[in-house]
Amino acid sequence: MKVAVLRFPGTNCEFDTQYAFEKLGHETELVWHESDTLPSDIDMVVVPGGFSYGDYLRSGAIARFSPVMKAVTKYANEGGKVLGICNGFQILTEAGLLPGALKRNNNLHFISKHQTLRVENTDNAFLNQCETGEVLNIPIAHADGNYYIDDEGLEKLEANGQILVRYCDENGNRVVVNGSVTSIAGVCNEKKNVFGLMPHPERALESILGSEDGMKMLKGFGA
Amino acid sequence: MTAIVNVFLKEGVLDPQGKATHHALDSLGFEGVKDVRIGKQIVLQLDTDDKAKAEAEVKEMCETLLANTVIEDYNIEIK
Repeated sequence: MKVAVLRFPGTNCEFDTQYAFEKLGHETELVWHESDTLPSDIDMVVVPGGFSYGDYLRSGAIARFSPVMKAVTKYANEGGKVLGICNGFQILTEAGLLPGALKRNNNLHFISKHQTLRVENTDNAFLNQCETGEVLNIPIAHADGNYYIDDEGLEKLEANGQILVRYCDENGNRVVVNGSVTSIAGVCNEKKNVFGLMPHPERALESILGSEDGMKMLKGFGA
Repeated sequence: MTAIVNVFLKEGVLDPQGKATHHALDSLGFEGVKDVRIGKQIVLQLDTDDKAKAEAEVKEMCETLLANTVIEDYNIEIK
């Protein structure tokens, strides 16, 4: 599999993301935000974490108008797989490729720690190596991770199985981490080819660094 | 012309900054504050004297970039 990893001014997780997919045996290519095309031989696009455009105006608000995002939107609309991690999730919601929005954490803090997540749905290309109800340990690091969607939107997410992961305790019970609606940490679109989550699976690749659960998550894409 | 755009979180969307500031005002003894909402103000200098045109353009700017209408409302004042 070949993975395009996007790079905006202020992106800082692109190399970790490349490392993760290469560790899984995939080929990767960095794509600069000014490019108006994606490499023709790719199997998926990852919008990595960081602080694109310094989070000015709103996180992801300016990056979504980069030339490369037009190509990503076209790729996604044609059924291509797209994953947004952290700032990448924010960019995909701003671009309208994922429902909802991410606002400032309720406690106004930048939260950086390992966090347990409950797998909510495995009927998708991302979490097919996990089990529903499984608890994963994945780091989070964000100030604007407070997922918001209105009640009608939430019902739709639930009905379509679009909620991927929720913040939980070690027993899988929901916990409030940043104020997200029903503790949502990640969602996908209705067609289940665009995925976004605030936690960083690419930072959980080896047990010596606290967790290798991220491998399990990212493995799904190549399965 | 000058356009002043105010962007606020929608009613019903919790404003954590407003809430923290409200709490701080209470702690300082300022009584009688019922609610605090924090937004941002964007001031644009426009190269036009046509108020209607300016308003239409700024509205489009708000819908496209300046506000995220999933969570935010905005108002526009043209001077």
